Amino acid sequence: MPKNIYLDYASTTPVDPQVLKSMQPYWTENFGNPSSLYRLGRISAQAIQDARQKAAKALNCQPEEIIFTGSGTSSINLALKGLIASKEKIHLITSAIEHHAVLDTAEYLHKQGHEVSILPVDAEGLVRLDDLQKTITDKTELVSIMMANNEIGTLQPIRAIGTWLEKINKERVKKNLPKIYFHTDACQAAGALDLDVKKLHVDMLTINGSKIYGPKGTGLLYSKRGTHLSSLIHGGGQEKNLLSGTENVPGIVGLAAALELAAKNSVKESARLSKLRDWLIKEILEKISKTRLNGHISQRLPNNINIAFLDIEGEAMLLHLDEVGIQASTGSACTSATLEPSHVIRALGCPYEVAHGSMRFSLGKHTTKKDLEYLVSKLPNIVDKLRHASPVKIDMKEVEKSVKNAPREITNL
Amino acid sequence: MPNSKPKKKKTTVAADVDIVPKGTSDNWAYTGTVKDHFFNPRNLVIDVSKMKGYDGLGMVGSPACGDMMKIWVKVDKKTDKIKEMKWQTFGCGSAIAATSMLSVMVTEKGGMKIDKALSVKPQDITKRLGDLPTRKIHCSVLGDKALRSAVNNYFIKSGQKDRVVKEQVRIIDREAKVTDHDIEEAVLEGAHTLEAVQKKTKVGVGNPEVIPEVEQLIRFYTEKYFG
Repeated sequence: MPKNIYLDYASTTPVDPQVLKSMQPYWTENFGNPSSLYRLGRISAQAIQDARQKAAKALNCQPEEIIFTGSGTSSINLALKGLIASKEKIHLITSAIEHHAVLDTAEYLHKQGHEVSILPVDAEGLVRLDDLQKTITDKTELVSIMMANNEIGTLQPIRAIGTWLEKINKERVKKNLPKIYFHTDACQAAGALDLDVKKLHVDMLTINGSKIYGPKGTGLLYSKRGTHLSSLIHGGGQEKNLLSGTENVPGIVGLAAALELAAKNSVKESARLSKLRDWLIKEILEKISKTRLNGHISQRLPNNINIAFLDIEGEAMLLHLDEVGIQASTGSACTSATLEPSHVIRALGCPYEVAHGSMRFSLGKHTTKKDLEYLVSKLPNIVDKLRHASPVKIDMKEVEKSVKNAPREITNL
Repeated sequence: MPNSKPKKKKTTVAADVDIVPKGTSDNWAYTGTVKDHFFNPRNLVIDVSKMKGYDGLGMVGSPACGDMMKIWVKVDKKTDKIKEMKWQTFGCGSAIAATSMLSVMVTEKGGMKIDKALSVKPQDITKRLGDLPTRKIHCSVLGDKALRSAVNNYFIKSGQKDRVVKEQVRIIDREAKVTDHDIEEAVLEGAHTLEAVQKKTKVGVGNPEVIPEVEQLIRFYTEKYFG
């Protein structure tokens, strides 16, 4: 049988059998519309209510503070646009390494007349608190920083930012200045990190079901009581009138089951994956010359490995890996819709050519040491082959120099 | 093509309308030929130190834009035909396959006449590869440019300066220092609207009077490569 080693869990995860089982009754049997008053409707409504409670427990919040959405992206859109829709010319702050769901929404809001500041990150992908502090203005009403990065796995100091914002919000109230709301995109963090919103001090938090062994087409937004959001989708008034449309009952049930499972397993699984991650990083950096770890060595998701292989192009590498049964992901422009190389790796200060040659291996619950040993047995040959065919010879020192001298300026749209 | 003439064979309405425009599918699956040339590249240089005695050497692109190509050629002076074409590529699957295919096209059947080789277009290569996904077409563009650069190098080295092919470049926006070539590149990289091209090149941002011309060029190049 040909090998099939999936190392792209950050892209999406398989549905857990227990999650699938929890969803089973809500397709053909209990198919009622939750808005209907009769028995079948009530069963569906109850299922959603239970799911909301489970989700609230996982996030340590009230069930009313959970809004079920259709994806991480739709949660983010609801958070950002929903908060700002009724406001005029406000200032929002985000970071250069956010997912496109945040960056493109911020750009859209800028076109609507709002001011947007984009914070740089340091050489390891961390947002610096002092950059945030000096970017706040009297008009700032929203900060959106991701909890963990999808490409390089860097963990942001969400708790520190949240606590600090809470403190200055108290001062702002006295000065009659608007409150600054804090949203975090926790799509990648869920399943690995503690999602207790009280500890994190966030007003809004986004989760995507399909990254935590839940079904695709599901997501949720935690929105702290008192956070006024405007509706983006008008209609029957579902989900507190914010996202009208008949609820995806099996999806919601599955998402809640996935969150519950994640909360139960995350500590043990994170410890297992961190070990594998550190082993793989060490092996690759040792066995293959001209390689560079993108992101932070320890402030990093337990399942994320992102490495630049200089002088070669990521897509070519991806095709070779696929041929030997390994599925991973690249920061190469050739695999992105925009044909631009990864904005995240560029934000680290790496030159374009490093972004083109970066590969992400993301581990998950089916990943074993054996899988990674197989990867390590195949990688050097593939890299060697592509380097022989490549006319490019990049100097490692030049890359380090470029990273060191990167401007790291705050961008105002 | 609009239906100006009635078709001979009456088909259903749906069949008459090209519902899925050719080549716009976001299909990443490469054809068998592309895969074959990617995994078994022809005429690839494995050891640069052995590359001696070539008549022309050309290099285009940069690793920063994601594609870079180096081409060596040997020319039969009597027949003015390309006898050998060797190459190295930093690039994605399509770029590697396209360069490999180009090397076959210009050297097969006893070699291609130089003048004919100079007129090989990216489309000719993609056709031989059995089509590339639309957004991968830009990857195949460097091959013919690298070949032109290698042939130019041969012309200069062999005292045929009058034959050197100049890449014509016209400045469109003086302030932003954008040429028609930059716009062509932007279109190839997937920018098909004024906004998208401006994002890449800043053309016309401080110089709005050039916008009509830019828009015309975008239409022209979009038609040329994707039409």
